[in-house]
Amino acid sequence: MSLLCHDSSDLFGLLSGAGIEMAWHPSLSEQSNDDVQNMLLAMERGEQPLDILCVEGSLLRGPNGTGGFHRMAGSGRPMIEIVRGLANRAQYVIGVGTCAAYGGVTAGGMNPTDACGLQYDGATPGGLLGTAFRSSSGLPVINVAGCPTHPGWVVDTLMSIALGDVNEDSLDALGRPRFYADKLVHHGCTRNEFYEFKASAEKPSDQGCMMEHMGCKGTQAHADCNTRTWNGEGSCLRGGFPCVSCTEPGFEEPGHPFHETPKIAGIPIGLPSDMPKAWFVALGALSKSATPKRVRDNAVSYRTEVSPAIRKTGLKS
Amino acid sequence: MTRKIVVGPFNRVEGDLEVHLEIGKAEKGERIQAAYANSPLFRGFEQILSGKHPLDALTFVPRICGICSVSQSAAAAQALAQAAGVTVPRNGQLCSAVSLAIENLADHLSHFYLFFMPDFAREEYAAHTWHADIRGRFQAIQGSATRDFLPARARLMESMGFLAGKWPHTGSVQPGGSSKPVSASERVRVYSLLRGFRNFVERNVFGDTLENFAALEHTEALKKWSANHSQSDFGRFLNVAQQLELFNVGRATDRFLSYGAYALPEGLHLPAGVWHEGAISALDVSSITEDVSHALMDGAVCLPPRQGVTQPLAEKEGAYTWCKAPRVGGQVAEAGALARQMVAGHPLVRDMVALHGGSVGARVVARILEVARMLPLMEQWVLAIVPDDVFCASFELPDDTEGVGLIEAARGSLGHWLVVREGQIARYQIIAPTTWNFSPRDQQGTPGALEQALVGIPVRDGERVPVMVQHVVRSFDPCMVCTVH
Repeated sequence: MSLLCHDSSDLFGLLSGAGIEMAWHPSLSEQSNDDVQNMLLAMERGEQPLDILCVEGSLLRGPNGTGGFHRMAGSGRPMIEIVRGLANRAQYVIGVGTCAAYGGVTAGGMNPTDACGLQYDGATPGGLLGTAFRSSSGLPVINVAGCPTHPGWVVDTLMSIALGDVNEDSLDALGRPRFYADKLVHHGCTRNEFYEFKASAEKPSDQGCMMEHMGCKGTQAHADCNTRTWNGEGSCLRGGFPCVSCTEPGFEEPGHPFHETPKIAGIPIGLPSDMPKAWFVALGALSKSATPKRVRDNAVSYRTEVSPAIRKTGLKS
Repeated sequence: MTRKIVVGPFNRVEGDLEVHLEIGKAEKGERIQAAYANSPLFRGFEQILSGKHPLDALTFVPRICGICSVSQSAAAAQALAQAAGVTVPRNGQLCSAVSLAIENLADHLSHFYLFFMPDFAREEYAAHTWHADIRGRFQAIQGSATRDFLPARARLMESMGFLAGKWPHTGSVQPGGSSKPVSASERVRVYSLLRGFRNFVERNVFGDTLENFAALEHTEALKKWSANHSQSDFGRFLNVAQQLELFNVGRATDRFLSYGAYALPEGLHLPAGVWHEGAISALDVSSITEDVSHALMDGAVCLPPRQGVTQPLAEKEGAYTWCKAPRVGGQVAEAGALARQMVAGHPLVRDMVALHGGSVGARVVARILEVARMLPLMEQWVLAIVPDDVFCASFELPDDTEGVGLIEAARGSLGHWLVVREGQIARYQIIAPTTWNFSPRDQQGTPGALEQALVGIPVRDGERVPVMVQHVVRSFDPCMVCTVH
């Protein structure tokens, strides 16, 4: 349903103009019942072409490997069996969202349904289709991971396929399209000044950086959430709640409460990607001691307590 | 002689649904004699939450659903707020109420344009004079209405960027209020986005002002309005509904449940209660139970959610769904916009039900009526936000505590029951709106609301599955993924 927030003026016109016809979408298509069953069977048998298979939701292997926790309505066949059959025929297979990619929240806790992703079981390659799986195009599963996934990530992936632009090089080591996965959530974060000075938020609705206390993983999470943004100008961080790194395999079980930053001796365990710990500690201590009053006060308030000073920025006369 | 058929998958419902029908000879041809609603997916969120930090619920529960995500957040936040004993400040209440109302409105119109109306574009109706017009406007994916509605909806949801960071799966709805302060400029922009959406609704849905439509007080007035607005999208629906007699089909139990909606500084905007046979009774939360006699679940047959257990059992004699059977005072109840407005006493809705009971037509009218009634209020709620005032209160959550969150999602009454022991979630039980509406039979053998609503539908010549089944099922706007959380 995230897809419906796409910002194009005519989503389906855009797709069909690129040669992408929606064969079936469970929430949008007209056909129900036998029409759907027959079409899916024809595709599994190779009697009807299937260019792109998009799977949403975790693949439920339980109970006891039967797939019985998720059966296709009308036929009673386990969904995992149908997905295997269709994946073997499809030119491209896309895992839409972290559940279909890696297992996601459904695989949390004791994983009661034995949920996994299409080609991953958490961070472990394999999943439903196995490490060796390649769709007819020769590619592994394309993981448009995210919880939710961004409508732009889905549409850009489909458009890139239509343009013939998707190959092994355009996917990262976890099968995610690099056009969004080679970015960090930190890029474009509107709290950057607070980050620079380690002026930290302490409670929800504070404006400060959420890395130090509130569990934010934006400096490590792969996604372009703060440059592409959500629903106009939004993102998790702009909404005042921490990045939980939802594009990452296993994000659902971080081993700590989502709203708290785990620390050792006062230093966050998860440092910004590619940053040496000693430098982080040294720079953090230095920047904290240099924090302007404005930044320090605003960091722990829901409003601007101190406005920026007005300066002439030209050459002084 | 009865014959049994299995129907599914149902497209354009959120999630997986299968219905088993028993069809038999009646006086005039064949009719549906019994129905069994099957949710063929089990997800296990209640089990996953067990043992976690209580505030982790705020990350997990919105992810139960991609379409009614904020309502899950709101129910969890309310349960946690009760458990913590925290009072939400005024701005927090307003932001949460507006966020929930925006989602509910978007869902009502997504249902109308994307899920419900496309069924009338089907080939089965090709002989009707209205078919070509309806097909051009409402055909799934290709109809012109989709092209008009989706960008308007996406613009409306931009208000969630300002109010909640994003949609779906926001973390801004907190036990203490909202984590997203709204600045003066953001308040104006949210207001403007709501006004923009009003323009879309007035131009396309009604061809009239929201206020004029919301003022219709009885069925005759609605008929007259329909005749004068036949080219609006809702006028088109009313015309089809009249011709197909959609106000005479799909009656369920006519016991209507509402938990009460939109907690504002001045109190609940819509009241809680149960309507049955012309009388409102107060909502007795302690009389709510879940029965697993026909669900693929182990454990005691009937428990209140505070003691509820979710233990799936794939093989069980007489069980046919992963959905439990919730009951209030031991009775089946219907939830949704119709139920909410019945309990609130809206005269048009009360009049429709007095004439024909709950029906496909009444459910759709109640939803669109809510759009007309809510949008002007939401505009006022946004203007009531004070940017310079606090948005979120701090609190300490005790290690041993309990809380209940009861809210109204688009599809009806949603409840979260939380028990915290030694600082961890010891029990988390959820009863979703469609769990009420698509409930299976209970230990008395009483069918759930949809199961009752399908009985008596005639099978027309040449139909394997009556197309009317599609309309009745979708009139409830089911969300199956929430049902089987």
